[in-house]
Amino acid sequence: MTTQLALSQILNGLQLGVLLFLLAAGLTLVFGIMSFVNLAHGSLFMLGAYFGAAAFAKTDSFLVGVFAAVVGAGAVGLLLDRFALTKLYERDHLDQVLATFGLILFFNELIRIIWGPGSIFMQVPDALSQTVNMFGISYPSYRIAIIGVGLLVALGLYLLIQKTRVGMLIRAGATHPAMVASLGVNIKWLNTLVFALGAALAGLAGVMAGPIISVQPGMGEPVLILTLVVIIIGGLGSIRGAFYAALIVGVVDTLGRAFMPTIMRGIFERNTADAAGPALASMLIYLLMAAVLALKPQGLFPTSAGAVR
Amino acid sequence: MKLFPAAIDWRAPRTLVAVFVLITLLLLPLLMTGDSGSFYVKFITRVMIYALAAIGLNFILGFGGMVSLGHAMYVMLGAYAVAIPAQHGIVSGWAHLGIALVATAVLAAVIGAVALRTTGIAFIMITLAFAQMLFFGAVSLKDYGGDDGLTLAARSDFALFDLSSNGSLYYVTLFCVVLALYLSWRAVLSPFGLVLRGSKSNTRRAAALGHPVFRYQLVAYVASALACAVAGVLLANLTQFASPAYGAWTLSGELIVIVILGGLGTVFGPLIGAILLLSLEEILPMLVELTLPDYKSNWMLLLGAFIFIIALVLKRGVFGSLSASSATHRKGDKQ
Repeated sequence: MTTQLALSQILNGLQLGVLLFLLAAGLTLVFGIMSFVNLAHGSLFMLGAYFGAAAFAKTDSFLVGVFAAVVGAGAVGLLLDRFALTKLYERDHLDQVLATFGLILFFNELIRIIWGPGSIFMQVPDALSQTVNMFGISYPSYRIAIIGVGLLVALGLYLLIQKTRVGMLIRAGATHPAMVASLGVNIKWLNTLVFALGAALAGLAGVMAGPIISVQPGMGEPVLILTLVVIIIGGLGSIRGAFYAALIVGVVDTLGRAFMPTIMRGIFERNTADAAGPALASMLIYLLMAAVLALKPQGLFPTSAGAVR
Repeated sequence: MKLFPAAIDWRAPRTLVAVFVLITLLLLPLLMTGDSGSFYVKFITRVMIYALAAIGLNFILGFGGMVSLGHAMYVMLGAYAVAIPAQHGIVSGWAHLGIALVATAVLAAVIGAVALRTTGIAFIMITLAFAQMLFFGAVSLKDYGGDDGLTLAARSDFALFDLSSNGSLYYVTLFCVVLALYLSWRAVLSPFGLVLRGSKSNTRRAAALGHPVFRYQLVAYVASALACAVAGVLLANLTQFASPAYGAWTLSGELIVIVILGGLGTVFGPLIGAILLLSLEEILPMLVELTLPDYKSNWMLLLGAFIFIIALVLKRGVFGSLSASSATHRKGDKQ
């Protein structure tokens, strides 16, 4: 029984982990290449969920919902980059934090105006509404699908960055932007492409998460902060680091919430344990981050100045 | 020891504005009577509390170049240092203040020691993460109200003076703000402040000159956290309430907005910034209600756009744009 519970919790952790990876990949790429801090990344996640939920409700097709979320969030990212954020790339991190903080408030209210302040319901697509039996436990197939999609995206990103010409330009543009530009590559469009790609991945994460968390204004912030923890643990600018850190954070957070109260009960008396257990569980990943930074200030997979790996 | 650390140019625009604002704050409660007056006294007390926290933040942000996106956690800590002892029957204000200062100093020293191992963007994010950790810690304190927070039966009892009237709380807060302004002015111009400012413009060079930069930064970080903790003590007394919401990361963001709006790296800027931002947060909903009543609850849209534009166009802040010297041709720099 306990092993089965542990197994399903580990799967839950992996599922949270791949969602975090979808967000962290875009954020860490944008940071690695443009040295840009985008706090509004969580808003793109939220927009993706809303676009997806709206399109799904209209057409009854989950695939159309996913398409709408990815394209919609990507398009918003593209417009943001071209018309609002370009000026900020040259500025220091403080201005970037402030501007994107303003964008968060803006997008949250915009969503409230369009879709109302309450949460909207998004159902699990029919084809994935069953559970599957594996390793002696029954587990929702939708969550399995999330893990699968996340791993596929991770593989795709690896191939894109390491094996294609565009990926080569992205890597080169991160370390030597002036050199790449002087070789005739439009570095601005390259940056826009990366930003839009990150936004589209955030949108994908939003629509995939839609059926299992509540779609509501402000849903991006808690996820954003978890994502920030992920990219710090992984090492800023490192996609590989983001991947491992996302899985670690997802699993540690989920297992902590599931088992920490029980573990605490074994050590302390019931009253203390009941009070401290949930507190410690929700602090666990931050303690993990503090420990990682105390040992490796650059994160688990440090990148040399601006390099993308 | 001289009273003022630097000669004051009394006819400089910055000095005039600063003196005008302080005198206005000193006299304002005398003009505000009746029910609406009591509302405004409480409102301006809140403005000054935010200013106090922002003065603390500005000390490391404006002068030390450390962008902390987690300073609201110390405000929350200060508020809980009032509310939790009060729950257990300890009503002495001096005890509350002592607990707030000691707890904050210890916590800030630990968090600062870890966070200052990183710089730049990682520092921003690690301070944010620590603030979230404390926030969730407070949410899970079921014995102390959890998510809903704690209500105070009465304000802190300081024995020497009585906080129960809004007017006295106003003047205590004003005193704290003036004290913080004076201390940060002195500190910035002291040898300590010189090293701190030097480490902002070039950390490596400051270290190469033999200054233990990390220690200076840590001391500055703890000092700035203490100012926020005092703000938290005052805030809990003003609202007679403490909740995790005081440590929400949006409040940390607002504190940064206040510092930038007022003028990064000016001693007096945070007070101006707090007055402007909090007034705006009162005026915007009214304006929206007058023009588009259907959307009156969505005024934050405008605030968000406003903050975005501030970040894009406002380089030196409102107070920072004023000249620090009465001579128009000379470019002075009163810190």
